Amino acid sequence: MLIKSIRASDAKPSEITPKSVYMDRRRFLQTAAAGAALASFANGPAGAAKIDGIKKWPGSLTSEKLTPLDSIASYNNFYEFGTDKSDPVRNARFFMPRPWTVAIGGEVAKPATVDLDALLKPHTPEERIYRMRCVEAWSMVIPWVGIPLADVLKRFEPTSKAKFVAFETLNDPKRMPGQAVPSLQWPYVEGLRIDEAMHPLTLLAVGIYDEDMPNQNGAPLRLVVPWKYGFKGIKSIVKISLVEKQPPTSWNIAAPNEYGFFSNVNPKVDHQRWSQAKERRSGEFLRRDTLMFNGYGDEVASMYTGLDLKANY
Amino acid sequence: MTTDQRIRFLVKPAVFVLCLGPLAWIIGRALTIGLGANPIEYSNRYLGDWALRFILIALAVTPGREILGWSWLARLRRMLGLFAFAYVVLHVLSYVGLDQFFDWWAIGGEILKRQYITVGMIAVTLLIPLAITSTNGMVRRMGGRAWQRLHRLAYVIGMLGCLHFYMMVKSDTREPIIYASILACLLGYRLIAAGRRRLARNRRNTPQPA
Repeated sequence: MLIKSIRASDAKPSEITPKSVYMDRRRFLQTAAAGAALASFANGPAGAAKIDGIKKWPGSLTSEKLTPLDSIASYNNFYEFGTDKSDPVRNARFFMPRPWTVAIGGEVAKPATVDLDALLKPHTPEERIYRMRCVEAWSMVIPWVGIPLADVLKRFEPTSKAKFVAFETLNDPKRMPGQAVPSLQWPYVEGLRIDEAMHPLTLLAVGIYDEDMPNQNGAPLRLVVPWKYGFKGIKSIVKISLVEKQPPTSWNIAAPNEYGFFSNVNPKVDHQRWSQAKERRSGEFLRRDTLMFNGYGDEVASMYTGLDLKANY
Repeated sequence: MTTDQRIRFLVKPAVFVLCLGPLAWIIGRALTIGLGANPIEYSNRYLGDWALRFILIALAVTPGREILGWSWLARLRRMLGLFAFAYVVLHVLSYVGLDQFFDWWAIGGEILKRQYITVGMIAVTLLIPLAITSTNGMVRRMGGRAWQRLHRLAYVIGMLGCLHFYMMVKSDTREPIIYASILACLLGYRLIAAGRRRLARNRRNTPQPA
């Protein structure tokens, strides 16, 4: 017999939004969105499509309340669609995330430029609930849908020279109006060390709440590295290169003293302009303590033994 | 109705209600659709935006009056200045009461450690004597000259406000630069006007060639 033990930190049944309420809300939003799209733009996007065959990942965070979709999808740092957090939801409305190709190259035996759907086809999408900690000291709990980056990279056979992975966002000011402004250096670039990229927690995400990734959250393909600050999770990826040297990263170029290459969540290393000791969880009033490695220390801390985390922020 | 009555009974009340608009708007929004995924940040930013806007509006009275020739604008100056103070106070209350939830240790630490907060707090502190000395009685007691000298602090407060905003943004400095440019125009106008007045005075005082 299976007996579910209840931890004190588990969400009480009363805290969980009933599925029916949530679904009603979704249906309402979808209908509203579809109606708005039809009314304003004949070729506008339809409501988000459900992703089939999602497998539940057993490691998902269940003890903390999920952030509602409308919060996740209306409060975004995605400078390609404007620098205000309310800009992306508006400016990404008509972004078409298909057709989409991803170029995978560099230090791999089989470099290729692949259609996204072909790239995803051999993999089973997993639902993974992770904490998301933004460098700006706010956080959310997000049910991502995605596949481990390692599983994808292995297909292209990284060589022994592959020490880092460099990622690049689409660079197309016609489709991403924020790129008409030099608020950051375009295209947005990010990078991971190879062991970080191959870590089983590192996810290539394609959706949220069982549905296709909203445009403003980085459709159609984005990175999720739950123990790092959110800006490491590069959005709308078109290029993945395995490289020998540490690649440049956008925020580090913009303000090297404030954003390092590693950017691991660390309550003991403050940002230049604010403390990282606490964070405001979306939907909560009082700040909560920020956890080392965003609470994923057991899984990832061993990658950084011997590394001075203060110097390598 | 005389001009005086028009200003007292129509213009002033209308401007007063208009100035309450931004506050009414955020309260209305908070009570209906809410302030989004991070309502406290929204409140901080929104009230800060309006605090800086009202500082600039109050500083625009003198140039506006002289350029447009609307002398009655001067009669709105105190009210606009006090609204600037009120929005600054609300901005600080939002930070202290909502953002930090009266955690005085944390607030003290942040004021000392974070330069943009230091700058902001200096601006707030400088505003307090201006608000206190805003009554007719205080103007009389201080004497016009001393009062005017003290209230030139408003220029410094404007500069600190713009600096506070500039230091706070992450990478997109367009908006703070717009505010700073407006302030530069408002203060630049005063410099030029003062220079012209001095020139005119000197001309009057030097003996003219016969």
